[in-house]
Amino acid sequence: MSDRTPATHYLNVSYGIRSWLFTRDHKRIALLYLASVTLMFLVGGSFAAMVRLELLTPAGDLFQADTYNKIFTLHGIVMVFFFLIPGIPAVLGNFLVPMMIGAKDLAFPRLNLLSWYLFNLGALFTLFNIVIGGVDTGWTFYTPYSTTWTTTNIVPVALGIFVTGFSSILTGLNFIVTIHKMRAPGLTWFRLPLFIWAHYATSVIIMLGTPVLAITIVLLALERVFHLGFFDPALGGDPVLFQHFFWFYSHPAVYIMILPAMGVISEIVTCFSRKRIYGYPFVAASSLAIALLGFLVWGHHMFVSSQSVFAGLVFSVLSFLVAIPSAVKVFNWTATLYKGSISFETPMLYVFGFLGLFTIGGLTGLMLACLGIDVHVHDTYFIVAHFHYIMVGGTVMGYLGGLHFWWPKISGRLYPEGWGRLSALIIFVGFNLTFFPQFILGYLGMPRRYHAYPEEFQVLNVMSTAGASILGVGYLIPLVYLVWCMRDGKVASSNPFGATGLEWQTPAPPPTENFPSPPRVTEEAYAYDKIPIPGGGAYAG
Amino acid sequence: MPAESHAAAAIHAHQFEDAEQQRDAVTLGMWAFLLTEVLFFGGLFTAYTIYRWSFPAAFALSSHHLDVLLGGVNTVILIGSSLTMALAVHAAQVGGRGVVGYLLLTMLLGSAFLGIKAVEYDHKFAERLIPGASFLMRDESRPAHLDPAGDAVVAAGIASADPGVEADLQHHAQIFFSLYFAMTGMHALHMVVGLGLLAWLVLAARRGRFSPAYSTPVEIVGLYWHFVDIVWIFLFPLLYLIDRHA
Amino acid sequence: MSQHVVSPKIYFAVFASLMLLTALTVWAAFQDLGPFNLAVALGIATLKATLVVLYFMHVRYNPKLIWLVIGLAVAWFGVFLVVTLSDYLSRGWIPFPGK
Repeated sequence: MSDRTPATHYLNVSYGIRSWLFTRDHKRIALLYLASVTLMFLVGGSFAAMVRLELLTPAGDLFQADTYNKIFTLHGIVMVFFFLIPGIPAVLGNFLVPMMIGAKDLAFPRLNLLSWYLFNLGALFTLFNIVIGGVDTGWTFYTPYSTTWTTTNIVPVALGIFVTGFSSILTGLNFIVTIHKMRAPGLTWFRLPLFIWAHYATSVIIMLGTPVLAITIVLLALERVFHLGFFDPALGGDPVLFQHFFWFYSHPAVYIMILPAMGVISEIVTCFSRKRIYGYPFVAASSLAIALLGFLVWGHHMFVSSQSVFAGLVFSVLSFLVAIPSAVKVFNWTATLYKGSISFETPMLYVFGFLGLFTIGGLTGLMLACLGIDVHVHDTYFIVAHFHYIMVGGTVMGYLGGLHFWWPKISGRLYPEGWGRLSALIIFVGFNLTFFPQFILGYLGMPRRYHAYPEEFQVLNVMSTAGASILGVGYLIPLVYLVWCMRDGKVASSNPFGATGLEWQTPAPPPTENFPSPPRVTEEAYAYDKIPIPGGGAYAG
Repeated sequence: MPAESHAAAAIHAHQFEDAEQQRDAVTLGMWAFLLTEVLFFGGLFTAYTIYRWSFPAAFALSSHHLDVLLGGVNTVILIGSSLTMALAVHAAQVGGRGVVGYLLLTMLLGSAFLGIKAVEYDHKFAERLIPGASFLMRDESRPAHLDPAGDAVVAAGIASADPGVEADLQHHAQIFFSLYFAMTGMHALHMVVGLGLLAWLVLAARRGRFSPAYSTPVEIVGLYWHFVDIVWIFLFPLLYLIDRHA
Repeated sequence: MSQHVVSPKIYFAVFASLMLLTALTVWAAFQDLGPFNLAVALGIATLKATLVVLYFMHVRYNPKLIWLVIGLAVAWFGVFLVVTLSDYLSRGWIPFPGK
């Protein structure tokens, strides 16, 4: 494999805005998604900044209460539906799934492009809603406040999420069909990279869960517009039924957010330990177990909603069970590190961050699965800290680690390793300073979704806001250098990290059709014992 | 990509290795999409179940206000359209000449279904059974009678003399009709989309696009159409036939 | 998965069965079967749907993967329905602590 940048590749094969906006190349679509998703991350991050600024002082003195309600609501909606759920699958998944299985593209390239347009349409509805005054219901849209009492504009946001849900379904559909039907000769299911298993399981969740979100939104919108009574007790309806509908999707949604990141971790930890994954079948099976078990626990969001105590007990037990496959993964990644030849390139720093932070997030999740504890800390900052440890400490770390790991393949350039390591460390420090105090705040009783709080909580809140500033800086630095290095970075070889996997057998950047003919696979995944460490590595010194 | 003649090799998109892989992938794709539709309509059926379990009397009374004859005729029409759709698929698969004809028949039957649905909706409007401010559910089996205290006449058609109970009944009946319009409306929307897909198939068939080597689009639209039929197969008894023996 | 061509004779037989079952379900609805009216109605509808799936939609001749997709869809709708309903059915089985 030549180490020189190929003359023609997917980035320069054609120029002009139309060659991008009408592309069918999954790699270009991945970059289009990168742009959209990054924009939404910045929007969601701005709302986070406003939240943390308000919470610097105990009094609600920066925003009025109603405005603050809109700010945390929009932070949640934008981050969940327009960054975390699409994020890794739409960017890394779109780019890598065909390449990892030796295919020329996804099964349905035009559906893939449609999926991106639908994402943007949904985002547009949401941004429009922000401009005309936002929504203040919390990202959970609980009724009857959202159907009857709020004066904010629910319908545009509901429409935006509905349309983006379709985008998500089309991506999931594409991945499932592609993985089933377009694997290269010799690439049996148990030779697949775990990144593929993770995205397959994620796609199963997307297909089973998102339609229920869709019908929930339809019923919500119908009720609001036509004053029907599905969820309004004044009209005979049941608000708890709304919660069942909402959480049936929104709990599995968190597994949509974490599973792809877990797939990234498997790829990076093996490469930078120069070792096969420990317990491949268990890691693969645990992805499916998480996907399926994750649908049986939604009632743990409703422990204090007047759901039956019996149901609460059952959901509590099931929530304990769903932690097991995640724990299996953490054990197996750790065992992979054991006696590995470990190096600390930027992607690996994100892996270590993930391992620690996801473990904390997961263990606090187990605490919350206990009915008795949850009754005490429900709707406090303990919950907020728990899910940010998983979504930010887990998913965003995985996302950034993956972006760095595959950036040489995506762009044909090497990101600056020094800046990469520095920002990973800044992010780690900033993250913990932001969110660890929130565990304590929640335990002490500070409720979430309030813009004012008792004086004695100020010190911890100031720490949290300081951490958030550091975290923000940490996120902005890669934004700058990843874009910078696309033009001015050092040219990358086709496989600078010496990784296994079909995607590394192509030039960097790859040609449009990825492989001139389907490669033949004869090896298990992660056969690091069979290949030498690259001489000096791309980042030696 | 080498040029391929229609008669010899079947055509396939560049990302697939051959026509068979394409057909397998497209079929699996349509089934995966139908899986999402099962979950989508499943949400409505779940809401229906919870509320029917909660308010059995209101649901039974409301169901009696639907026209079994029109619903039954529509069921026959829709199943008939599934038959014609299956025959269209068969014609495409064997290269017969009936493809366009069977597709048009399917569209005709589908349109007839929607026409009857429109008539039913119109009846509901006339009977004041559209949920909203003007909703009023009457129980025709109740003649005018004295209230339990014996000092006032309860008008004919009112189910209960107790205003609290009567108000609840009206609310619960509105939930039935909200579900009725949501479920049949969503179903009708899917039929309209289906008609659009069928029209596209008719145009393609007239241009000779389909042959034994390439009939996949007809097959997968057929799958979609049959699914929409199956949804109605469940809607009919659940909406129209509650406690009809009473 | 090569395509399987189903004979129109089978389609007509299935159609006739579906017509019969439709008539049956309407007739059964007007009989007093006590608590079994709902079960009969759902049973007949399920039978009709099965015929449509197996023959009109060709699933009888499809590979196991398609059967898995269908099974998963129905099972997951079942999960949503049954688990949600069981919350309502089990209200009051165990009192809230302290009450």
